[in-house]
Amino acid sequence: MSESEAILNCQNVWKLFGKDAERFLRDESNIDDASLSSAGLIGAVRDASIEVVEGEIFVIMGLSGSGKSTLLRCLSRLIEPTSGVIEFEGENLLEQSENQMIQIRRHKMGMVFQHFALMPHLTVLGNVAFPLEIQGVDKKHREERAREVIELVGLEGRESYYPRELSGGQQQRVGIARSLSVEPKIWFLDEPFSALDPLIRREMQDEFLRIQSVLNKTIVFITHDFNEAIRLADRIAIMKSGLIIQIGTPEELVLHPADDYVEEFTNDLARSKVFSARAVMREKSSDIVSGGSVLQSVKIDDLAGDLIDSELPFDVVDSEGEVLGVITREDVINVLVNKTT
Amino acid sequence: MISASVQARISLSRTKQFALWLLAFAIITVIWVGGELWPWAVKAPKELSWRIESLGSCTSVRYCVTGFMKWLVGDESYVFPWTFKEFTRTIAAGIEIPYQFIKSLLAAGFTIPLGKGESWQTPPLSWLGITIVMTWIAYRLKDWTLALMVFLCISYITIFGHWESATITLSSIAVAVPIGVAFGISVGILGYRYPSFERAITPILDLMQTVPIFAYLVPVLFLFGFGPVSAITATVVYATPPMVRITMLALQTVPTDIKEFGKMVGCTKRQMTWRVLIPSAKPGLMVGVNQVIMLSLNMVIIASMIGAGGLGFDVLASLRRQAIGEGLEAGIAITLIAIVVDRLTQAWAAQAPELHSESNSVLSGRTKFLLIVFTVLAITTTVGFALPIFAQWPEVWEFTTGQFWNDLVKWININFFDQLEAIKIFILLNILKPLKLFLLELPWPGALILLGLAGYQLGGPKLALLVVSLASFILITGQWTKAMITVYLCGISVVFASIIGMTIGIVASGSTRLKKAVLIFIDTLQTLPSFVYLLPVVMLFRVGDFSAMVAVVLYALPPAVRYTIYGIEQISASLIEAAKTSGCTRIQTLTKVQIRLAWPEIMLGINQTVMFALSMLVITALVGTRDLGQEVYIALTKADTGRGLVAGLSVAFIAIITDRLISAAARRRKQALGMG
Ligand SMILES: Nc1ncnc2c1ncn2[C@@H]1O[C@H](COP(=O)(O)OP(=O)(O)O)[C@@H](O)[C@H]1O
Ligand SMILES: [Mg+2]
Repeated sequence: MSESEAILNCQNVWKLFGKDAERFLRDESNIDDASLSSAGLIGAVRDASIEVVEGEIFVIMGLSGSGKSTLLRCLSRLIEPTSGVIEFEGENLLEQSENQMIQIRRHKMGMVFQHFALMPHLTVLGNVAFPLEIQGVDKKHREERAREVIELVGLEGRESYYPRELSGGQQQRVGIARSLSVEPKIWFLDEPFSALDPLIRREMQDEFLRIQSVLNKTIVFITHDFNEAIRLADRIAIMKSGLIIQIGTPEELVLHPADDYVEEFTNDLARSKVFSARAVMREKSSDIVSGGSVLQSVKIDDLAGDLIDSELPFDVVDSEGEVLGVITREDVINVLVNKTT
Repeated sequence: MISASVQARISLSRTKQFALWLLAFAIITVIWVGGELWPWAVKAPKELSWRIESLGSCTSVRYCVTGFMKWLVGDESYVFPWTFKEFTRTIAAGIEIPYQFIKSLLAAGFTIPLGKGESWQTPPLSWLGITIVMTWIAYRLKDWTLALMVFLCISYITIFGHWESATITLSSIAVAVPIGVAFGISVGILGYRYPSFERAITPILDLMQTVPIFAYLVPVLFLFGFGPVSAITATVVYATPPMVRITMLALQTVPTDIKEFGKMVGCTKRQMTWRVLIPSAKPGLMVGVNQVIMLSLNMVIIASMIGAGGLGFDVLASLRRQAIGEGLEAGIAITLIAIVVDRLTQAWAAQAPELHSESNSVLSGRTKFLLIVFTVLAITTTVGFALPIFAQWPEVWEFTTGQFWNDLVKWININFFDQLEAIKIFILLNILKPLKLFLLELPWPGALILLGLAGYQLGGPKLALLVVSLASFILITGQWTKAMITVYLCGISVVFASIIGMTIGIVASGSTRLKKAVLIFIDTLQTLPSFVYLLPVVMLFRVGDFSAMVAVVLYALPPAVRYTIYGIEQISASLIEAAKTSGCTRIQTLTKVQIRLAWPEIMLGINQTVMFALSMLVITALVGTRDLGQEVYIALTKADTGRGLVAGLSVAFIAIITDRLISAAARRRKQALGMG
């Protein structure tokens, strides 16, 4: 990821809750759990650096209390970081005035909340149009736009319902529609599906991927569910007690976990769903005869059937058809039985 | 081993405590016995005054306040861009104009000048129309039961001939409530936005809610003069503090998610408040509106002392004429209005959640509703021109039970005079007099020492300091003796009320049905305006300390009952089962387990009883007590702001002292029982 590609760039961000946090950060040379707790501070975010690239789904994953929400709120300056730099479209957010922040949030950011945060006194239409209303868009245009996004999330026909008449899943669809009504440049989602029951959660994840395939937004998505992270993420940042332990693609995390903590998560994971052909392939020596070819990004789960039926290994190719390597039956079986390569 | 040493420490500190109390009593006895040697300590001091030339007539707290108020309403007080007088005049006009309008609409009709000194008098809105509309609204908000209740309550008011008074009362309420709500919400928003502002107003709100209402009638009267404007202003001052508190609380408890959402869509501060926070906090705010309405209705009678007409005036006038029947009827009318308004606003707040409407009719539900209301009122009122019966309930159809009550009281007084008198004299001689004497003889340094010691033991040095300085204020403003009479009357009433209340509470807790009945009964009792208690008491026992005590006991009973029931209810069933299986008899279970565990709760009930008693005590000044209440009352009749405020603050301070001491004791008790 080169600098220029990153739309959101967050460097060495700290957020300490408690008294005299700034002074502590300035004066204290070694900051660890012990020195923080003796100063009565909570290290919600510690020296976090992430870069979010245009069009990617960047997932921040960690257990409850690991500082995900705090980091996310630093990114939109809902919470003022104790120190650090946050660049959004090349400008330092922390140097913007209050009015500039209002403009940036109005036009460039959208956010979805864990508990939906819908306005109980407004209908679905009123809720979705609300961000535009705040901007002063006239009624005709904002309702027109609101109907578009309501349709996008599959709630057409429910425009005049009140939130309390909807199921949890439907309410979050309203939340999603509302955050999209202003066509944000960057889309923040803080555990959007955690309050839903598992079946609905699954459905909403598919729905989310579908919407993303249409809109191609830049997304920062928060979850405490590693499976969800794997399903959705282009890249994942793993957080633990305020620290970012590792950033990488799902496969990188599984293949090269930075420490035991990350490995722990990957252990009971169906690897075949994480790994793509490219991650498992080996170098193609000249003597190997292949029985077919697969795209490098195809997940093992999806190619396993064909490959196991076939006697011969498959070539792994990129989108231009260039052969990158080869994948054998043995490789696939290893993945399927969760054996580390 | 450890527990033994802890035991030793506790018992040691017990001995130390005991020694301290003993020492205090010894000192007091010495002061009292050696009275002649230090007369200053035995006799309560006169008001502290000073003579400093540059301060002019400001020679004591009381005179300073009075002087300040005089300056304020004079021509030189440029506190604002205008003088203060202009300022109050503007406020007065802002209240007067809407009040006159609503009053004309509901009660008096409009006078339309036709030129040449002639004018045309329109009738007010028809009683029939209003009855129909209110009943229908009740039905729309809830169901036929509520509609029937509203209909019966309004009919009572009509048939007993209180329609005009009731509409006058409602006119001032209708002005006071919106002002109180708007003011309360605005201050509440400021408090929410600026925590330092909240910290600044919280103690003021505390004080406003403990100062007896009479005390601020005095400055209000001084600023606005006798009349409805004063009455409405005082009502607003009285009814607003809870709205401020509830607003701050409601805004604070709006979910963080919603607040963050507001920021994320780029709300300005103003949009945040009005578009996000207030709508989200609506259920909480509705509770506040209901409170403002109820408190305004509470004020009806007292407000009539400074110029509100209507039902309050009727009660007050009956009290002065000792016409128990009429007073009772008007008092009940106030209660019924309170009940109707309370139920209607509650039904409104708890309305079935808004649902989407499928209908596409031209008129929205609300427009239709308003149209119907308007039509009904217009038709009934217009018909009133031709048929007077539509305009006004005929006087010949009016009905009163006044004579019956008067006869009843007369009959009781004739047949049971000796018995009543015997009870009164017995209690007066054996309980009231000795206690009064004791408190009046108690040397003030002794009282301060005792208070300080109690404060120190229950809550540490801070509480001791607070308690002693509040008491010292009473001392240096020269009100010690009157305060002692207040303490004596309040104390004795609280003791009676607590004993009776706890007994009722305990007995009622024995059966679910009885409990429910008792709770309903005391709920009703609490909605009666406090003055209503005075009427029968004065009729039976005439004026004096005893009557005051009986009225206060009656008024202060409900919290003692309620908290006892609540405290006993709270004890887990398993504990009681355990007591039973270990062979406790019913009585033992009650005394050894239930009352003991319910005690902290009961103490809070007693605390409430004290608060109720103090507020009632001020009102009983009307039946001739000689305490701080009388002081406030005299100040009111003389419009002497300094005197009223100082006496009012003293009552508030007595309330605060008791409240802090009892709360601290309850907290300690709870901790000792491992429940805190
Ligand atoms: N306003 C706050 N004041 C003090 N501590 C906070 C505040 N907000 C969050 N924290 C603490 O910071 C840590 C991280 O919280 P959060 O970012 O909400 O975690 P997550 O979203 O990962 O569950 C937690 O220990 C939490 O208790
Ligand atoms: Mg969180």
